[in-house]
Amino acid sequence: MPLITTPNLDAGDDFYEALLSAHHGLDIDASHAFNARLILLLANHIGRQDVLLEALAAAARANPVSTDAPTPGVASPRGQA
Amino acid sequence: MDTPVDYQRIVYPYRRSPDQDAHAHGKARHPVVVVGAGPVGLAAAIDLALQGVPVVLLNNDGRLSVGSRALCFAKRTLEILDRLGCGQRLVDKGVSWNVGRVFFRDEQVYQFDLLAESGHQRPAFVNLQQYYVEGFLVERAQSLPLIDLRWHHGVTGLTQHGDHVALEIETPEGPYTLLADHVVACDGSRSTMRRLVGQESHGRTFKDRFLIADVRMDAPFPAERWFWFDPPFHPGQSVLLHRQPDGVWRIDFQLGWDADPELEKRPDRILPRVRTLMREASIAAGGDGAVPEVELVWASVYTFACMRMDSFRHGRILFAGDAAHGVSPFGARGANSGIQDADNLAWKLAAVIQGRAPDALLDTYAREREIAADENILNSTRSTDFITPKSEVSRLFRDATLTLAKEFDFARRLVNSGRLSVPTQQYGKPAADAPIRIDGRDDWLLRQMQPGRFTLMVFDDETVITSDEELLVLRIDDRADAQGLVRQRYDARPGTAVLLRPDQHVCARWRDVPSAAAISAATRRAMALEESAECL
Repeated sequence: MPLITTPNLDAGDDFYEALLSAHHGLDIDASHAFNARLILLLANHIGRQDVLLEALAAAARANPVSTDAPTPGVASPRGQA
Repeated sequence: MDTPVDYQRIVYPYRRSPDQDAHAHGKARHPVVVVGAGPVGLAAAIDLALQGVPVVLLNNDGRLSVGSRALCFAKRTLEILDRLGCGQRLVDKGVSWNVGRVFFRDEQVYQFDLLAESGHQRPAFVNLQQYYVEGFLVERAQSLPLIDLRWHHGVTGLTQHGDHVALEIETPEGPYTLLADHVVACDGSRSTMRRLVGQESHGRTFKDRFLIADVRMDAPFPAERWFWFDPPFHPGQSVLLHRQPDGVWRIDFQLGWDADPELEKRPDRILPRVRTLMREASIAAGGDGAVPEVELVWASVYTFACMRMDSFRHGRILFAGDAAHGVSPFGARGANSGIQDADNLAWKLAAVIQGRAPDALLDTYAREREIAADENILNSTRSTDFITPKSEVSRLFRDATLTLAKEFDFARRLVNSGRLSVPTQQYGKPAADAPIRIDGRDDWLLRQMQPGRFTLMVFDDETVITSDEELLVLRIDDRADAQGLVRQRYDARPGTAVLLRPDQHVCARWRDVPSAAAISAATRRAMALEESAECL
């Protein structure tokens, strides 16, 4: 099953509101930490490595500048960047 | 019974070898010279000798390891050392442990048990100072007449020829030349042998410094591995605590790149760190925060790199252990993987020397252990990246993982305080141990296997095995496998057969009783006598 990019949320507007509410009152460091925890929870829920790699790649496409950063998930076996 | 030998102070004497007077009638030539009498070189030499191969083992000085160094010896290593006749001494002297605890800031986030099932002779790990391991191996080597162990004989030069290697040896009485059909280079991370063949290890050096402190103290903690991320007594860094024999504890403090190594090695810097840790750890363990008397035994400030040589074989020279590859200390993958190198190499080298296998078998040593090194390097690099985040976002995810780990099991699997050494399974699984009954007494499966021999396990009373190979046939029936654990761990049914190499790795298995031709083909493939159908 590939990454779902067509509309798939039960209640999109409600989710969006809940997401912003969850950040309400947090300073930027706390918001970053919250997001990191959220990403890890959602990633575990998804589970499948191929879907997660697709999501990483899709998110990376919107990066402001194209960099020569390594492709997500393609680790060198020698651990070199 | 404990031996009175002080392995930390003993200096083995130089002895003149008859080879040093051999110039008049041609230079001395030996089938194998092993360079370096550390854990890896000693294991290789003992293993070769047990298979009937005479070995010259050289060491450039007369001392064992200074400080506890390797410390954590893994289950698979203990099983290899059992085969070499030393495992029990390590276990008797060492501190066995299976449980680890992980703390984040001032709380425990979880604990784990590395050996959660029963029915294994050996624990997940034994902590034992490296000099004890070396001392026990030296005494084992000295009991084997086929090993000629030469202290204070250091290699200073070499020349590779078509059918041998010429080594230039320096001794307190001057130099001599030694010829060897094969050389096993186990001379450590700053390997002279590696330099002499013009090779370097390649990889990644980490910009961080760590302090290792061995302290003697009467501490009330259990035999467990305790790891702190960002503890209040050492903010922003990591700390690792291990118990050793003789009332000694290993404490590993991450210091950061800017720390001054000379300053940090001073007892007046180390002891306050230890006392603070002890106070906090005592309180965390439900104690009253009392700090015991602390005596500093040994300290070292180190950096590390994850790297390896491009090839572990250079002609007739085989590289093993730290000489061939380096890892970070997180995961105890240094000495353990080095001893696994020796385990992989010894039976192959013996078979080649004794004319039972072609030279190509030695290429499989290099290929298999390069794969293992890559796996160890990958694990140890990932651990290091988790333990010492190199960017703000890396620290963000690290801390998020640790925070979630308190509540969620999935996050505990992501916490990486070291992926503790287990053998690679990429070229066949190492045989799992299990309890068995042999001749009416309780014993262990792995103890039945013999140096240099393939083992065929069959799983019923009736199977008739015909084979031309010099196999050890182990019959695992209801009587031998009363608990059923052998059959469970090998997924065996009546008719199943499992073929193990001399290094106890599975190299073939059958669901139905194999023919003599099938057994022969599998054995010959493992010996590189036939082209393997599948490449690694």
